Amino acid sequence: MSDFWRRYRRNRGAVVGLVILALVFALAGLAPLLFPGSPWDMATAPFVPPGEEGMLLGSDSLGRDVAAGIAHGARISLMVGAVSTVAALSIGVTLGAFAGYLGGVADDAVMRFTEFFQTIPSFVFAILLVAIFTPTISSVVFAIAVVSWPPVARVVRAEFLSLRNREFVQAAEVLGKSRISIVLTDILPNALSPIVVLSSLMVASAILLESALSFLGLGDPNLMTWGFLIGAGRSVIRLAWWMSVFPGIAIFLTVLALNLVGEGLSDALNPRLARQRGGAA
Amino acid sequence: MELSRLPGFLLRRGVKAVAVVLAIVVCNFLLIHAAPGDPASVIAGQSGAADERFLAQLREQFGLDKPFHVQLWIYLKGVLTLDLGFSHRQQQPVWKLISERLPATLLLTGAAFAFAVTAGITLGTLAARRVGRWADSIITILALTFYATPLFWVGLMLVLFFSVWLEWLPSFGMASVGVELSGLEAVLDVGKHLILPAATLGLFYLAVYARLTRATMLEVADQDFVKTARAKGVPEGQVVRRHVLRNALLPVITFAGIQAGQLIGGSILVETVFAWPGIGRLAFDALLARDYAVLLGVFFCTSVMVVLFNLVTDLLYAVVDPRVEVEG
Repeated sequence: MSDFWRRYRRNRGAVVGLVILALVFALAGLAPLLFPGSPWDMATAPFVPPGEEGMLLGSDSLGRDVAAGIAHGARISLMVGAVSTVAALSIGVTLGAFAGYLGGVADDAVMRFTEFFQTIPSFVFAILLVAIFTPTISSVVFAIAVVSWPPVARVVRAEFLSLRNREFVQAAEVLGKSRISIVLTDILPNALSPIVVLSSLMVASAILLESALSFLGLGDPNLMTWGFLIGAGRSVIRLAWWMSVFPGIAIFLTVLALNLVGEGLSDALNPRLARQRGGAA
Repeated sequence: MELSRLPGFLLRRGVKAVAVVLAIVVCNFLLIHAAPGDPASVIAGQSGAADERFLAQLREQFGLDKPFHVQLWIYLKGVLTLDLGFSHRQQQPVWKLISERLPATLLLTGAAFAFAVTAGITLGTLAARRVGRWADSIITILALTFYATPLFWVGLMLVLFFSVWLEWLPSFGMASVGVELSGLEAVLDVGKHLILPAATLGLFYLAVYARLTRATMLEVADQDFVKTARAKGVPEGQVVRRHVLRNALLPVITFAGIQAGQLIGGSILVETVFAWPGIGRLAFDALLARDYAVLLGVFFCTSVMVVLFNLVTDLLYAVVDPRVEVEG
């Protein structure tokens, strides 16, 4: 573990990412204390510029506090990012493990299925899913999970393909272990590091996807989100630039932090690869 | 690839493309049935209970009283004859609505793609030739930034900067309202409106292509055939252009094919921000009106566009790379 941390620390960007991420988590956790009450409530006059009348980041067209919206939105973004990633991982790992371990016809079928999902325009599909199943937080999570699992399935399949003929797996087979327990206790733990790296990037893209959906008005109508804030600021951008600028910066910093953390994890988990990359650059 | 093997290759790819398109139609069909409520009301777009006659007509048209597989067959036949349904909201066939908007979307995505590819490859080449210098740092920062920025927000920031503050470029629409322009002036007018949306959509891919070009060029530059060319005394510029760059383009082509779907998805957001009158904007309006027939049609058409684009990149790949093994 200390070895892992030492290698992670060597990537300075990754440390910065971790700090930013910790701050976003703190903001999300402290939102009810920092900005008590609902972020939907009127706090002051409409269109107050940042820094005036106690509004740090200004107020929107209905006099709501933009800063409060961002703090409360952080909770939703992180939650949607995490839950939809877990859901996408469970679909992707199951299908990938199935295809990679069994091979043959099963592999072919799963890969065709995966290719299909990679071909269709995933954002359009996500819009369609949320629209048809009515916009709620669960339909948003469902739609994000449905369009984000294919890369996981591919990575897991490749790992399983290369691991299933290794000696320790053959040994487990000879010992008479069941297939399920070989997959879960022998192969999967050895395939974890690419999955871990991928999942931090998936949280990042899930947050982007959620913000795009709620920008289009497909967010849960009862929840304050970053995408909704930007969408609300779109039509009044000439009047109140702060309404769309600050929530966008929040999304940018969070997603950037997650991407940096992903790179750090990749360096720490694949030391050989990191050194190669350091050499080439 | 030997030209004699090209037809077989194209045929296999064609069959695959048709299979994907059929799967999309089935997917649409299942979605209509999975939606809460009567499929007829889904198609009608919840246009109010007052229109019982229209609903009854839809039920008959879709054969909703018939068994499931017959319904699927009716739907499939409809879509394959380009009958994508009728938008009750706009009182027009969906196919007509989409085909009217298609040219604008093709112009936008085409311009964005051309911008991303040319600027990306140029920047990537510069970066690879001067590793560690300014061009190199620029693409690293560009890539990190655009991987993390929501597309629609980039669009809004460009509007804020170039339209609101500097007042250089128009911020919405495809042509100036209220002026009659003709010939070159009209083209220039559309071009001016095109700059911001195309830049918004292209910037992300620019970063992607620049990174990709840089990485593969560094990889290819180490290989024996490049060393041989240098040893033969081929001038440096020619080595870069004819030996390194040509090989480095292959992954860019592959990637462009993979990302075609994303590009079209992104155009929905960009068209929404800039009120660009393409199918993305059509989808957004349909979304506001809960006009599902149009949404399903847009999904079908964009998917077909992606499949066609993939066919083109496959073909291009086979032509550019003489080594490519054409299987499956």
